[in-house]
Amino acid sequence: MDNLPIKMRAHGVDFFYGQHHALKNINLDIAKNHVTAIIGPSGCGKSTFIRLLNRMNEMVPNTTLTGKIYLDCLDILSPCIDPAEVRRRVGMVFQKPNPFPKNIFENISYGLEVNGIKNKQLIEDRVVESLKKSAIWDEVKDRLHDSALRLSGGQQQRLCIARCLAIQPEVLLFDEPCASLDPISTRKIEELILELKKDYTIAIVTHNMQQAARISDYTGFFLLGDLIEFDKTEKIFKAPHDSRTEDYITGRFG
Amino acid sequence: MSLFRLKEKIIQGVFTVLAFSSLLFLVGIIFVLFKEGLPIFKDVKISDFLFGRFWYPTYEPPEFGVLPLIVGSFYVSLGAMFVCVPLGIGSALYINEMASYKQKAILKPLIEILASVPSIIYGFFAMAILAPFLQKTFNIPIGLCTLNASIILGVMATPTVCSLAEDALSYVPRSFREASFAVGATRWQTLIKVVIPAAGSGISTAVILGMSRAIGETMTVLMAAGGAAIIPTSIFDPVRPMTAAIAAEMGEAPVGGDHYHALFAIALALFLITFFFNILAEIISRRFRIKLGLSG
Repeated sequence: MDNLPIKMRAHGVDFFYGQHHALKNINLDIAKNHVTAIIGPSGCGKSTFIRLLNRMNEMVPNTTLTGKIYLDCLDILSPCIDPAEVRRRVGMVFQKPNPFPKNIFENISYGLEVNGIKNKQLIEDRVVESLKKSAIWDEVKDRLHDSALRLSGGQQQRLCIARCLAIQPEVLLFDEPCASLDPISTRKIEELILELKKDYTIAIVTHNMQQAARISDYTGFFLLGDLIEFDKTEKIFKAPHDSRTEDYITGRFG
Repeated sequence: MSLFRLKEKIIQGVFTVLAFSSLLFLVGIIFVLFKEGLPIFKDVKISDFLFGRFWYPTYEPPEFGVLPLIVGSFYVSLGAMFVCVPLGIGSALYINEMASYKQKAILKPLIEILASVPSIIYGFFAMAILAPFLQKTFNIPIGLCTLNASIILGVMATPTVCSLAEDALSYVPRSFREASFAVGATRWQTLIKVVIPAAGSGISTAVILGMSRAIGETMTVLMAAGGAAIIPTSIFDPVRPMTAAIAAEMGEAPVGGDHYHALFAIALALFLITFFFNILAEIISRRFRIKLGLSG
């Protein structure tokens, strides 16, 4: 990987839902301050994979995970690591915008409060800062105390990004963030992701291959739980190594 | 009109009648309650009836003050709330948030079975076991009292509160919890700051319907509450809730007499109270569904 600094590393990861072998011996490095896209047909394990990176799959009962996942040098699966601590450093934006049924301000300040920040001025500064960073400030600055559920889908998703940014994570995980958005909102989110990669390391799961091609530096192609190919995005889309990757990106299946 | 069309019409008619029959029953009940209940107010002023402190329907002259019965009903039911709210909401939280799938599969039906136990059995239990126990423990003259009835009523209302509160918790979309965990919140913080507020109005609906259930319950309070038509001053006083008075006295009240009409008027008051609770619960739960973005 061109000797780039690695922010997160999956090493020999296997994951089971009950008997179902959902991920098979995955080895994948996520480069610091780059965008890594995960593509593949439905059910290939791409969302499952990204949800391991912030230990989100632990809530799902009856699952087994083996292998190692590192954040810098930290083994995040180690039993002495608090998952909440991992999630503070590795933020996540979900497929469907999921703001809390609270007002816009509270949606952002929530993450700060649960992490023990009590200083009101600091909270207010961080709220404003993260709303600005996620390119939604101009649209909501006059109605911070309105319910977040009244925002449009695209605005809600940017609010969810702001909610992530507020606790100053190092990595941002996006799980098909545009799946429920219209093209204009999608473009805004994509521009935002390109902007955010200056300060954050980003991994994004997407169904949309053009999206992966537009915004990512590296792309991994998953198929039925295997990581078939992982390389520079350019290489994956122009000269894939594996014929299955080529079949998928040229739309022959999936 | 062809025979076929006629058949269609008849079938449609039958189902329409079936569908509206519950409305018919409701209207019928309200009509009878008013018709049989209102005549008492020809002889007794409404204020004397509602706020009169003495219920001596068989004395000469009789006194029809139902205040002790109304107070008795509320007193016993409020007491029951102290039992069923913590028990019901506590078990709902456990089932929804902490129980494993196996525990959930056992606990939920078990609590619902509690609701299907006939009330007379609860009454027996209150009379034969709980009352003597209370009498000994607190050294009171008689075990059949408010406390006794409240405890049993509370246990009876627990399944209602628990299963409605559990529904409310499970309506909270998983995405809210995920969002909370994703910013580093602990399970406890998520429960207190996201899940319970989101389910708040659903939980209040559960409590109100539990209260409504307790106020309307008859057999248990008839057997367990002691039956004295006095305004209670302590939880060890016996009381005579409205339902118990109606059940105990209807058989001996001459049809068409003042006592008879007075009992109907009590039933009317009871009906209005539970009706009010149910409407309130409906309004709150509708607001709850809108708040969570579920269909109104």
